[in-house]
Amino acid sequence: MRLPASIGRLVLGFLAAIGRVALFGFETVSHLFRPPYYPREVAQALMQIGYFSLPVVGLTTIFTGGALALQIYAGGARFSAEAVVPQIVAIGMVRELGPVLVGLMIAARVTSSIAAEIATMKVTEQIDALVTLSTNPMKYLTLPRVLAATLVMPVLVAVGNVIGIMGGFLVGVNRLGFNAGTYLRNTIDFLEPSDIMTSLAKGAVFGFLAALMGCYFGMRSGRGAQGVGSATKSAVVAASVLILAANFILTEMFFAA
Amino acid sequence: MIELRDVHKSFGAKHVLRGVDLEIARGKSMVIIGGSGTGKSVTLKCVLGLIAADKGLVTVDGQDVTKLRQGSAERDAFLARFGMLFQGGALFDSLTVWQNVAFRLLRGSLKRPKEEAREIAIEKLRRVGLTPDVADLFPAELSGGMQKRVGLARAIAAEPEIIFFDEPTTGLDPIMSGVINELIREIVVEMGATAMTITHDMTSVRAIADNVAMLHGGKIRWTGPVGDMDASGDPYVAQFIFGCAEGPIETVR
Repeated sequence: MRLPASIGRLVLGFLAAIGRVALFGFETVSHLFRPPYYPREVAQALMQIGYFSLPVVGLTTIFTGGALALQIYAGGARFSAEAVVPQIVAIGMVRELGPVLVGLMIAARVTSSIAAEIATMKVTEQIDALVTLSTNPMKYLTLPRVLAATLVMPVLVAVGNVIGIMGGFLVGVNRLGFNAGTYLRNTIDFLEPSDIMTSLAKGAVFGFLAALMGCYFGMRSGRGAQGVGSATKSAVVAASVLILAANFILTEMFFAA
Repeated sequence: MIELRDVHKSFGAKHVLRGVDLEIARGKSMVIIGGSGTGKSVTLKCVLGLIAADKGLVTVDGQDVTKLRQGSAERDAFLARFGMLFQGGALFDSLTVWQNVAFRLLRGSLKRPKEEAREIAIEKLRRVGLTPDVADLFPAELSGGMQKRVGLARAIAAEPEIIFFDEPTTGLDPIMSGVINELIREIVVEMGATAMTITHDMTSVRAIADNVAMLHGGKIRWTGPVGDMDASGDPYVAQFIFGCAEGPIETVR
């Protein structure tokens, strides 16, 4: 009897967690329609999440774009299809790797810092202090971060896509002997508007998930340094897994597009 | 007037409050004493609605605190009457000292121009014995005693009617404790505010209190004017205030 009981407990716990996260998400979004708003907090979050993430986004995507070009060239050579490097790099970067890699880097960089910051605020009673100062922590802390991440992630993904394609271009032209003009023309002609739209839409969803997980686990942090550490870890793990799961679901939805 | 009637609160299997009855008259300074983990902080947070009581009634001037919905205008108005000094200060470390003090004045219903808010903040900092040059520092750059003072300035910034002090002297040296106690007493008297303090520092109790209540076993064990405390005749109170190892209170907790 023990095994079924513990499986049952696990499943119930998992379902309860999904429910809590969903409620937290709904509550966050609902504050979008209920003043007061804190535009300064949103602006600060945009800087933190957007602008300061540019270096890591650039570095991640440029190396990936370069490696992708090499792999496709090597793989393509097996059936004399080396020439498709520009097209495959473009579609691989834009439709899949750009959003996913930027999403995961944001989970590492932004989710962790949001979770640690909010968890520390919780542990040092700063969240309680906010409430006693008539300020709703969901409006003051959660919404600005989630909103900023949702808005700025498509921009980061767009930048990542361009830099990733540039990585492929640099390797293609300098190492694999492609003509620069041809490479660019092939890339541009091949990409369709729908590729770019789905890429940016994925970015927005991943940004929402990354910031939401940081806030959710931060707000639920346990006591002390251990509480903060565990909240941060859970937030990053949950954000990464959710981003990859959402990526599959969205790809399936956009499959025909 | 703040009134608690038969307030119960459990965390899991742990019954922290088992029927707290307490009255705090308007303009009086009530100090709640009791050992660590007896639920002093929980009592205070129940009044503020930071923690919801499982059972019982908490009213402030006849208004039922438990009925106020999170984020409603009534609850905002209710909280606007309060100031609170947190145990660790709970200063926002991403904001400068003056922005912390003026937090309530920079946003929400009490919002006013930045210059004016800053002036009020500096005035309040002066009231707690800090010079204007700390205004632009960040909380992390201050000593523990200064952080307490800033927390105090923030608590009184919007001229609250009711002020809560959560262990105001914990972690301070005896001299600084004396200074903070004196400040609290002065401020409460000059503002005519109702004060509720929780502490286990007996020096604090004698300096701050009009009335004292002792919390033990999740209930108010004894309450009365501070002058009657030494002759309360209650063995629990006697053991606590004189710090005896021998007595009815278990020393292994």
